[in-house]
Amino acid sequence: MPAKRIIPCLDVKNGRTVKGINFEGLSDVGDPVELGARYAAEGADELVYLDISASKEDRSTFTDLVKRISERINIPFTVGGGISSVEDASRLLDAGADKITVNSAAVANPQLITEIAARYGRQFVVVAIDAKRVDGMWRVTTHGGSRLTDLDLFSWAKEVEKRGAGEIMFTSMDHDGTRNGYPCDTFAQLCRTVSIPVIASGGAGSVEDIAEVLKSGEADAALAASIFHYGEITISELKKKLLDKGIEVRCY
Amino acid sequence: MVAVIDYNMGNICSLGNALGRLGAEWVLTSDHTQISRANHVILPGVGNASEAMVNLKRLGLPEVIWKIRRPVLGICVGMQVMCRHSEEGNAECMGIFDAKVKRFSEMQGIKVPHMGWSRISNLESNLFKGVEKNPYVYFVHSYYAPLCPDTIATSHHPEMFSAALKYENFYGVQFHPEKSGEVGERIIANFLSL
Repeated sequence: MPAKRIIPCLDVKNGRTVKGINFEGLSDVGDPVELGARYAAEGADELVYLDISASKEDRSTFTDLVKRISERINIPFTVGGGISSVEDASRLLDAGADKITVNSAAVANPQLITEIAARYGRQFVVVAIDAKRVDGMWRVTTHGGSRLTDLDLFSWAKEVEKRGAGEIMFTSMDHDGTRNGYPCDTFAQLCRTVSIPVIASGGAGSVEDIAEVLKSGEADAALAASIFHYGEITISELKKKLLDKGIEVRCY
Repeated sequence: MVAVIDYNMGNICSLGNALGRLGAEWVLTSDHTQISRANHVILPGVGNASEAMVNLKRLGLPEVIWKIRRPVLGICVGMQVMCRHSEEGNAECMGIFDAKVKRFSEMQGIKVPHMGWSRISNLESNLFKGVEKNPYVYFVHSYYAPLCPDTIATSHHPEMFSAALKYENFYGVQFHPEKSGEVGERIIANFLSL
């Protein structure tokens, strides 16, 4: 088995990083390229950049940014936010993205997963799934959790795998932003439902939370934003602690 | 000049950027003369091995590659098509490395493709000069070359496989050095100084 991956997530708006504190030695924390390079140097295994801009003009700013990231960063990176067509995916691939992530658009049009995977390979397609528990069932949501669908988390996960997703990034909307940890039983069940890697997202408040979802939750990777952006712990410190807990991570 | 072989097998953006970061001059080409005259040749590749062989043959490239006496580096599927055969589409390949490429078997708890950072061991070539003993590198693949006399690095998932191969001036790596952080950049730099 490959090492468990630690993936910082950077939200980008109008070409600038939205969150983040002023790290020592980092001249411009608002520059997504600088911040990403810093995380890569600290031992991040991959990076995720999410474009949270709304307008079309901002999309081209984001594409230019992806080019700059690709020129500078020497580890894999995934980009997402508003990808709703094969053309969107092609544009980001051409700019140098290693993977793209689709979410609401894949729920609205599952064929999108099939088409992107057929053209660029399944390693290029990460399907993000947001779900919440309703009457004892995990139901898929879209548009940042604001719209509830009839899809069941586990059957949707199976379907996206069948359609060519290379990885699943799962966020529990009940835990996202709470910093109370992840629903580890659900993660373990999800990891046994599909045979592609599962990335745990949303809910990390501590090293213990991350260790738990990688161990008992069986997740292959953990995505986190705020604990890194606000400098609570560096990636290298986190990895050392995970290693001490017997979790294999890439550490030097 | 580094010739990166253009045979329509995936995006070479990251490779080009990695070469750029190392200050190398490179060109993406399928021109026989340009490839034959290059100081270093890289055969990249993402996708399907049998499709890769079809493309190489259509461009008349296997004959050109066989004759090269300068260092050649195959990356991922580029390495696999330098082997004898691939199970992927039952493809006869270039036969430079003495290995038949197989698919990982799907077992309980083993994910295919093998994707992510794994350690490589038993490093045996100048390609790994100055690299620590068992570094992590980034892999994305469903097929692998078993261990063979040409193996110069190993990894496992869970069975042991060739993470790198060498025969005379021909080198191949199953992982993506262009995505493997500083270790990967060192490996590319080592190749360029061969």
